[in-house]
Amino acid sequence: MTELLKVEDLRITFPTRQGPREAVRGVSFTLGRERLGVVGESGSGKSQTGRALMGLTPPPGVATARTLSFDGQDLRGAGKRQWRALRGRRIAMVMQDPKYSLNPVMTVGRQISEALGRVGGLSSREKRAKALAMLEAVMIRDPERVYDSYPHELSGGMGQRAMIAMMLAPDPDLLIADEPTSALDVTVRIEVLRIMDRLVSERGMGLIFISHDLKLVSQFCDRVLVMYAGRVVEELAAADLASAQHPYTRGLMRCTPDLDHDLRPLPTLRRDAEWAK
Amino acid sequence: MIEVEDLEVAFGRVKAVRGVSLSVPEGESFGIVGESGSGKSTVLRAICGLAPISGGRVRVAGEELRKTARSAGFHRSVQMVFQDPYGSLHPRHTVDRVLSEPLAIHRFDDREGRIRRVLEAVGLGPGFRFRYPHQLSGGQRQRVAIARALILEPKILLLDEPTSALDASIQAEVLNLLDDLRARRGLTYLMVSHDLAVVAHMCDRLLVMSQGLEVETLTREALRRRAATQDYTRRLLAASEGYPAQETP
Repeated sequence: MTELLKVEDLRITFPTRQGPREAVRGVSFTLGRERLGVVGESGSGKSQTGRALMGLTPPPGVATARTLSFDGQDLRGAGKRQWRALRGRRIAMVMQDPKYSLNPVMTVGRQISEALGRVGGLSSREKRAKALAMLEAVMIRDPERVYDSYPHELSGGMGQRAMIAMMLAPDPDLLIADEPTSALDVTVRIEVLRIMDRLVSERGMGLIFISHDLKLVSQFCDRVLVMYAGRVVEELAAADLASAQHPYTRGLMRCTPDLDHDLRPLPTLRRDAEWAK
Repeated sequence: MIEVEDLEVAFGRVKAVRGVSLSVPEGESFGIVGESGSGKSTVLRAICGLAPISGGRVRVAGEELRKTARSAGFHRSVQMVFQDPYGSLHPRHTVDRVLSEPLAIHRFDDREGRIRRVLEAVGLGPGFRFRYPHQLSGGQRQRVAIARALILEPKILLLDEPTSALDASIQAEVLNLLDDLRARRGLTYLMVSHDLAVVAHMCDRLLVMSQGLEVETLTREALRRRAATQDYTRRLLAASEGYPAQETP
């Protein structure tokens, strides 16, 4: 397996009144052209990890790492120019809610063309044709109409597909999806995942899928990192999730209600101070 | 306890709820499931007077409800818990103030004792009494919201997605708390959620809604047997199983 991304000892620190606080404390993993799930509850540092890979750690936060390399390039201390060459072209990100991540005053088509423009070397007619083809690839039935629509004219599922189309249009090598379906209805969620799955496998991309939903991640990804309090507490193949070792992973698996089993009271998670160490 | 017949709710020309009927006997827990825009929350809001009843009949504990006006007695027996514990608590009021206000409005005696007991009942010790919402976690805030609803000793709780803003492990704790409170106090619940598994866990019967219309009413057992009669419910059931293992080409 070719190594696309290598992260060693990633730490993200935010200054607080009580002194610096580490939101991510020494995360290491490698990614090939596969689907990697990152699971954890709010505050576990999963989103911050994703953002750091794009160089988007919000100031005053600071991300440091022993190794942070993407396709052989060292990203530690990368300058604006180096990031610009990567973001959107080689590394793309899909955020949680299309309502906030699409530009509300620009039509979807113009936004996709803009993303394509960053690749360079395309005439505006070619950009339009490629944008329409991308919209078709995300199973939008009437790409012409969506092309000329503003984000508020689209439903959540449609908006998220447009977002995926925009992110995948420049053919990136790595897609980071941060809770891409959490704002969507369950019936729409499956469709959007299927589209993402197909495009990622067809184009041989690496995918980092960040989610709080352990069950969904285990069904969708090849490998899962479970994060707790800024650390990876367990890394395992998605198929082996049932035989997870760490009590946090097991607790997380059991605490969601399940249609077929009537467990009352629901098993709750007993947190152990040891896990955070 | 709650009787809803052909309820319609219109906001201007838009009909958010178009003829929904349900009936919840005392002590039962009834669920409403649907996707965004199905009108499920609007049904709850119409019952407690936050949305106008523009057609049909709603009776709660024998009292016939009009458009939006509700009596003080109604609010004492019916309370609501909202989805977002970050938005539903006043950021500059302490827990103590949040809990004393309804007591003052309804002229309850023994306010000290009531506040102490209700904090105990929702699993927050007396140490939380003088904290502000920003000093609490999401789960603790939702416990305060539940305490606020319970302090008037209502008979009915309207629960609007009470756990969807919470992490899975916290959701389990809050669901257990709600389950336990209902058993101990004989409460009647009307609960709205987009999550079939949560509703199936909490409710004996449930109504599936879509686009302001009722799709069907199912018992928990029927849901477990996947005995849905409508296509929409079947799709919802299939979707809540998660991402289907793909047929590798």
